[in-house]
Parts: sequence; structure tokens; C-alpha cells
Amino acid sequence: MTMPPREAVEPLATARLAAIARPNARYLAIAAVIAIAVLLPVVATNFVVFQLTLVMIYGLAILGLNLLFGFNGQFALGHSAFYGIGAYTAAILMDKIDLPYYWTLPCSGVVCFVVGFLFGLPALRLQGLYLALATFALAAALPQILKFSPLEDLTGGVQGIVLIKPEAPAGLPLNPDQWLYYFTLAVLLVLLAVATNLVNSRTGRAMMAIRDHPIAAAAMGINTSLYKTLTFGTSALYTGIAGALGAIVVQFVAPDSFSFFLSISFLVGLVIGGVASIPGCLVGGLFVLYVPNIAERISTGLAGAIYGCIMLLVIFVMPSGAAGLGRVALARAMAWRTRRR
Amino acid sequence: MELLLQQVLAGLANGAIYALMALAVVMIYQAIDHLNFAQGEMATFSAFIAWQLIAWDQPYWLAFAVAVIASFVGGIVIERILFRPIHNAPILSQLVAFIALFSILNSTDGEIWNFTIKTFPTPFGREPLFGSRLISTHEAGMIGVTVVILGLLYLFFRGSRLGLAMRAAAANPDSARLVGIRVGWMIALGWGMSSAIGAVAGMLIAPVVYLEPNMMLGVLLYGFTGAVLGGMTSPGGAVAGGFIVGVIENLAGTFIPYFGRELKLTIALVLITAVLLVRPTGLFGRAVVSRV
Amino acid sequence: MDQNRRQLLIALGLGGTAMLIPGMARAEKNYDVGATDTEIKIGNTGPYSGPGSSYSTIWKCEAAFFKMINGQGGINGRKINFLSYDDAYSPPKTVEQVRKLVESDQVLFLFNTAGTPTNTAIHKYMNQKKVPHLLLATGATKWGDPEHFPWTIGFQPTYQSETRIYASYILEKHPNAKIGILYQNDDYGKDYVKGLKDGLGTKAQSMIVMETTYETTDPTVDSQIVNLKSSGADVFLNVTIAKYAAQAIRKAGEIGWKPVHFLNNVATTISGAMKPAGFENCQGILSTFWIKDPTDPTWKDDAGYKEWVAYMDKYYPEGDKTDNVNAYAYTVAQTLMQVLKQCGDDLTRDNLMKQVRNIHDLELPMLLPGIKVNTGPNDPYPIKQMQMARFDGERWALFGPVMTGNVHV
Repeated sequence: MTMPPREAVEPLATARLAAIARPNARYLAIAAVIAIAVLLPVVATNFVVFQLTLVMIYGLAILGLNLLFGFNGQFALGHSAFYGIGAYTAAILMDKIDLPYYWTLPCSGVVCFVVGFLFGLPALRLQGLYLALATFALAAALPQILKFSPLEDLTGGVQGIVLIKPEAPAGLPLNPDQWLYYFTLAVLLVLLAVATNLVNSRTGRAMMAIRDHPIAAAAMGINTSLYKTLTFGTSALYTGIAGALGAIVVQFVAPDSFSFFLSISFLVGLVIGGVASIPGCLVGGLFVLYVPNIAERISTGLAGAIYGCIMLLVIFVMPSGAAGLGRVALARAMAWRTRRR
Repeated sequence: MELLLQQVLAGLANGAIYALMALAVVMIYQAIDHLNFAQGEMATFSAFIAWQLIAWDQPYWLAFAVAVIASFVGGIVIERILFRPIHNAPILSQLVAFIALFSILNSTDGEIWNFTIKTFPTPFGREPLFGSRLISTHEAGMIGVTVVILGLLYLFFRGSRLGLAMRAAAANPDSARLVGIRVGWMIALGWGMSSAIGAVAGMLIAPVVYLEPNMMLGVLLYGFTGAVLGGMTSPGGAVAGGFIVGVIENLAGTFIPYFGRELKLTIALVLITAVLLVRPTGLFGRAVVSRV
Repeated sequence: MDQNRRQLLIALGLGGTAMLIPGMARAEKNYDVGATDTEIKIGNTGPYSGPGSSYSTIWKCEAAFFKMINGQGGINGRKINFLSYDDAYSPPKTVEQVRKLVESDQVLFLFNTAGTPTNTAIHKYMNQKKVPHLLLATGATKWGDPEHFPWTIGFQPTYQSETRIYASYILEKHPNAKIGILYQNDDYGKDYVKGLKDGLGTKAQSMIVMETTYETTDPTVDSQIVNLKSSGADVFLNVTIAKYAAQAIRKAGEIGWKPVHFLNNVATTISGAMKPAGFENCQGILSTFWIKDPTDPTWKDDAGYKEWVAYMDKYYPEGDKTDNVNAYAYTVAQTLMQVLKQCGDDLTRDNLMKQVRNIHDLELPMLLPGIKVNTGPNDPYPIKQMQMARFDGERWALFGPVMTGNVHV
């Protein structure tokens, strides 16, 4: 990374805009979105609720990748590994020791944080493409490790592990799909809030400083090694929790579900949503889930080609992703308002 | 002992496949500083074009030449139409454009030529080399072609003005412009050459693994690994990396007890990551030093 | 009127009405979601992209078949609406697509869904939702479990029964063999291996000298073949899909390794595997068959074969007539037609399961002579019979008797 990416400059612009655009407007917007999200299961069918739950889960996974790459500049191609480790941790705990599903989330988070941190340590020596390959190696190797016969009793081997869908807690008039939707929504909102706080804090600024100018950051006294490995761990934690949720919602884990193609999907979602944008992750999740389906509707044989064309179109129209487009639109709106005054 | 020799040779034969792919990957990396995820699919597409010509009863060498030329032109066209408009976009956006290209080509291959495997002829024949059953003439031919292409590239970059111009454009675009080098066209040329090498790779790999739309998926994985292991700044390193990956994988699968049978790929990747930790820019790569 | 006569008349009246009632009930139509007077909606998922996409011709062939049926007026006057989605052989995608089919598209049942891990992912769901999960396109043994999974039923002979037959053959003809196995590192591969080991019984440990695997991301299996040869194995169980089967056969030929070679039935397609491998390398390879191979000249004048060729020519001309998976697709689709015919106007899911478990001696044009489709409440495997074949010249030559594999969950 020789030149600071455009995104580095824009958070400052957003901050200025945010100061001008009264904070109340932003909170109102966020509240409106949350309200819609809460009301959706009431009007939507079970299947749509299921799909939206998956959207949130992918968004969370993409957020994990975003923390590492978007905000800290470490190019990682292997997040399907953390997703898979989180999923399998949850599945094994639920299957072998009957751990209630809500406890599996913190467990997956912790396991993935540790794995991520441990991976981040040697990764300190690697830059750019070489780091990408090292993480990619982890992602490519994971399915094989999960299928390894001596571990079969634990992981279920090639057969995978089938899970039972949790019911809503007694008393609530929700079916399992709706309950899982609200559960995921709650987890998502909490983690989004934490991430936003993190990014806007001193730690966040240190992360971004490392991304933009590692040498200057070190010269300013930031402990780059510590921040980079901690970010790796946190990023893995987010994606791992997403994986655990994914396992619970899909009710099944199998080694080949977590191939490196999943990593590529996360990458696509990250870019479409907008690098270094927290709300953008959800747009990315929406894209990754729905656009392949739309492409298949248009033509089963050429579904991949249409998906690719749509991706290209989006890149051409919004090179900085949805978040970039959002910022431009907001800036224009603000400029128009200022001129009117 | 014979098993060791056999596996090393088999590894070199496989490694030739990875090396060819790695070479194409590094070529493009030198030109544009990015990984081209669609490299494999472009190679597959070129191989399909050649196959179609052969199926229409054209001679092998004509089909080969047409495929290489078409790939060269195609690479330049893709660069001009697809990547030039977004070359100022963030790096990741460009990466996603590559992924999109991958998806488009893969799907189109399948639609036009379906998914049944097809045999692809080899100009080297499949006889045992010098009567030895350890390696076939085709596999030896692959290794030979890889080395020859590498040599030609070396001569081109070191010994010709155009090669010098390309190196200058990649190293320092602004200064290159100042001395009159048309940097945009140098990048396009880099794309064209990379596609052409990819086409050769595809047409040499297809006889071994059989031609089908998903042919290059695994190969690309190993090709990247080889390229990074060797160091992305060095074509020679990439080729060496490819061979090393092939040999390590085979030896790991054969000789490591207990884990080797089922964890071939994992062991190869672990070893390569370990190498990277010792030499963070690859075995033969140079650390890039830049002013801050 | 006297008492007796009145009673007689009443009895006659009641009796007459009683006789009419079953008639009325038979004429009454019974539908579950997905079935109407004019339409039956069927759902399916399979790999149209990614690994396994070489088998996508199966569902394209079935789509053509249903088009033919619709052109002939449909089944019991109802047209078939066949919804087939791509799952790219990825279990989470299968779950999503199947949920879409069941909850959003509201199909009556699923037919011939593909893949072992993919079907495992939806196995519990289908049974919880009580949606028929019919005639799966995988031979894993676990689909024949009506006690725990009453809504699921397979179709083809199970993988384990196939390798049991190979085990018996080995014990009889090569009792001192050293066996080497190559298998795909997933559910389907492991099922085959289990059958062999169970069939060999106590001798499995001593006879199997090497087991080696491959992933679908491996470019070649050449290295594995070299290893197998060096292990000294003289019997080879080859559990691979078409592309890797071709590579394995060719490599074995190249390095001069000539074991007694058992190839799994899923890779016996001549155009897809044997021809690319090179016929000279395929001589003597053994496998089992239950479908007529279209390239076998024995069937040249066979009525069933001719019917299939006519169908392919007219309705699926882009399909490969030398590929026996297209014959498989035709056969399983015809089996479904029989089940739907038996359902008549009672198109409830309960009745579908009842009828699919109630097939008696169904003979179909592309099944080998002597092989029939049979199911019963305690017999959850529609096809259990196979015949061994040896590759000779440029084709498969059947030999020996039609055998029954009798493996149960």
C-alpha cells in the first residue's frame, strides 16, 4: 500500500458533514431503519425472514473482514476459515455437550479471536499479497482439516453435523424463523454499535493510521504490532460469531460449505458495500445473497455470467461501493441545502 | 528410492502446470500490481477456442496459433474496455472486477461447450520419455516449454527496447511518461502477453487434466501459491515456485505418515506459509523499497 | 307393505347408497399445496455450476422429459411444472433453494435432488415439514430409513451394496489380494469404502494395503496413482467421478500398473470417462450396471433402447446419446410417472409417499433385463439389483447373473 486509499480521506469528510447535518437527523434515520427491521417479520413470509437472517449474518461476516482490511489495511483473503471455525465450534458444542445455542456465540467468538490473534502474530511479517496468500492458505486448507479422519468423532467428518433449530423462548408467539431473525438482529445491532464505537475511538484512529501510513504511525508511538494482531483477532471474532449464527440458522455444517469461494463472496460483498463503511456491510450482504438468485432467475445456464455482469456494472457505477455513493449523495444534498440557505 | 524419484518427477510434471500458470500471474502482476483472479478462466477459454478449431478439423498448430493470438488481442481488449475506466478505483474494486470476469468466463464456457470433459491433443505425444515410465514425453515437453518461455521473456525484458519500456512503465509510471513512454499501452501490452502465456499454459495443461470449464480452479490455487512462494517480482522465481509446490505436494502426500494421505494440500500450504515467514517477500523476490 | 318388505327396501336403499359412496370418494380429488386440477409443481436442486456440474445433463434431460409428457397431455390431465435450481453442490445453498421451493414456490414434492452432502443438509428439514423427498440422485445408504425419515426415499442401488458385490468377487476370485483404494474425500466416497470393508469383514484389515483420497480442487490424481502402484496393490477400487476416473485410468496405463480394477458405477460413462481415458487403458475394468449402456451393441435392436433414442432425438437432441447418465435420467423420470399415475386424483403428500412405497415389479425400457423397480413398506430401496460388467474393446460387456445387493441402514 503506497498511497493512502481514497477512503482514508472520506471519513473526515463524513465527520464534517455529520457535524453540519444535525446529529438528530442521523439518529432518526438509524431508528427508522431499525423500526423497519423489527416490523419486517410481521409482514414477510417465513422464507423471506430466513433469507434476511442470512443477509444479516453475511453482513456481520463482511464487517469482520472490513475491520481488518477496510480499517486496518491488512489484506486478508481467508475469512471463510474463521466463519467455518466459528460455525463448527458452535455445532460441536451444541451437538456434543448440548450447550444452548446462545452460549455458543461467545464461545465461537473467543475461539476465533484466539485463532485470529495467533494467526496475526506471524502475519506481522507479511505484507499485501503475501499476507493475502497466507490467509488464503488457511481458508483453502480448512475443508481438508475438517474432513481429517482421526478428527471425525468430533467434527462429523465428511458427513458434517446436523443441528436442531432452536425454538422461541416459552411465551413468545414467534415461530423459530422469526425468533432467530430477532436474535440475529439483536446480536447484529450490539456488534455494530461496538464496531462503530471502536472505529470512532482512539483505537480506531490508531488502526486507520496504521492502514494509511504505517511508518508515520509507528513514529507517533502507536504500537503497530499490538494493534495489528488485536485487529486480526477482533476481525476473526466478528466473522466467527457470524459463522456460529450461520450454523444455527442453516442447521447444518459440512466441510465443503466453507471453501475459499466463500472468502471470495465476502470480498465481493465488502467492495460492493463500501470498504471502511460499517453500514455498507449490510448492503454487501444483501448483494451476495440476492443477486446470484436474481441472475439465476434470468437464465439458469448463464447465471454466473449475469452475476458477473451485474458486479461489473456496480463497480463501474459506484467504484467505492454503496457507501461511497451514499457519501457522494449526502455531500451533494448538504451542498444543495447550504446553497439554499 | 524409485518411489522418491517417481514422485519427484511426477511432482515436477505437475509443477510445470503450476509454473506456467504462476508465470502468467506474475506477468500481469508486474504490469498492473494486482492479482488477476480471472487468469485461469481466460486460459480455459483460449483452450476451448483451440479445441473448437481442432474439432472443426483444423491442424493443431493452426489452432494453437489462433488461440495464442486471439488471447493476446483479447487481453488487450479487456484491459482497454474493462480496466482502463476503473484504474483509479480502489484496489479492491478492481479485484472484484477480476472476480466478475472469472464468473462471466466460467459460465460462458459451460454454456457454449457444456461440462463433459474433452480430450485435448498434445504436440509431444504421450509416450514414455526415453522408454522410462517415470515421465511421459508430454510432461517433459511441458517442462521444456516453461523454461523456453521463461528464457524468451528474460531476453525480451533485458534485451529489447520494448521490454525496457515496459519495465520502466511498471517501475515508475510518471517518470516513464516524462521520457515519452506510452504507459497506458505498456500496461495493455502486459495484459496481452500475460493472456498469451495463459493460453499456452491452458493448451498444455488440458491434455493432462482434461478440458472442461472448471479445469483451472485447482490449478489457479496452486499457481498463485507458486507465484507468491517464488516472489511476485520475479518471473524466474514464480516458475521455480511452481515446481517446488508440485514437488512438495507429492512428497508430502507420499512420505509423511498419518497426515500425508488426507492432508496433502494442507501440508503443502503450511510449508509454503512457513517459507513466507522466513522470507516475507518470497524465495526469490526482492523487497520493494519506496520513499515515504 | 309388510315389515319384511319395508326392511328389505330400506336395506337395498342403504346398500345401494353405500355402494355409491366409494365411487363418490374415488371421484373426489384430494390436493396438497402444489397440486391443482391442471398442474403438479415439482422441485429439484442440482449442480449446474461448480464441481459436479458435469452431471447437470441429468436434470436438463428430465426437464425435456417433462416437456414431452406435457406435450402428450400431462399426467392424469395435469401438466408438470418442473422447477430446478442450481445449488453449486454447496449445502447451505441447497438449504436456501429447497426452502424457497417448499415455502415460496410451494411445490408438492422434491424429485431427484442431487448430491450426498447437499441432501444431508435438507434431510431433517424435509421430514420435519413432511414434504416428500423422492428418488434422490445419490446412492448413499442412509436414504433408506423409513422409520426415522419416512418422507425420504432413494432410487439407485446403494453405494455400499455395489462395493459389497465387489468384496464378494474379490474374496472368491482373488482371496490373497492386496487392495488399494482411491476415493473422493467426501460422503459419497466414504460410503463406497464402508461397503467394501463391511463386505470383506475380518479380512479387510489385512487385505487393504493403501487408502488414498483426493479433493475436487485437485487438478490431477496422478500422484495418488503412483503411490498406489508402489504400495504393491494388485486390486484397485476406484471411487472417483468421471473426470478423475479418466485421469486415474490413463495414469495407471501410463505407468504400467495393471491391477484388477473396480470402477464405481457413477463413472462408467463412455463419453465422459472411458473414451477420454483411452480405450487401450480400460481393458478388463470391472463395474456394475443396472441401466443399459447406450453404446452397447447388444441393445441395438432392443425396443427399450430404440424408444430412448427416439426420445433423445426429439426432445433432448443436444444431449449426449453415448452418455449413460441420460439413460439414468430417463429411467428415474419414468419411475416418477408411475408413482404419479398410481396417485391418480389423490395428490396429497401422504398418498405420494404411500404410492412411492408401493411399486411392484415395474419394468422400464432402459433397465437391464431382469431388473425391476420394487418398493414396499419395509423395502425402502427401489432398485437393488445389479449385474457385473467388464470393459472389453470399446464397450462394457455384461457377465454373470443379476445380483441383489442387500444392505440396509
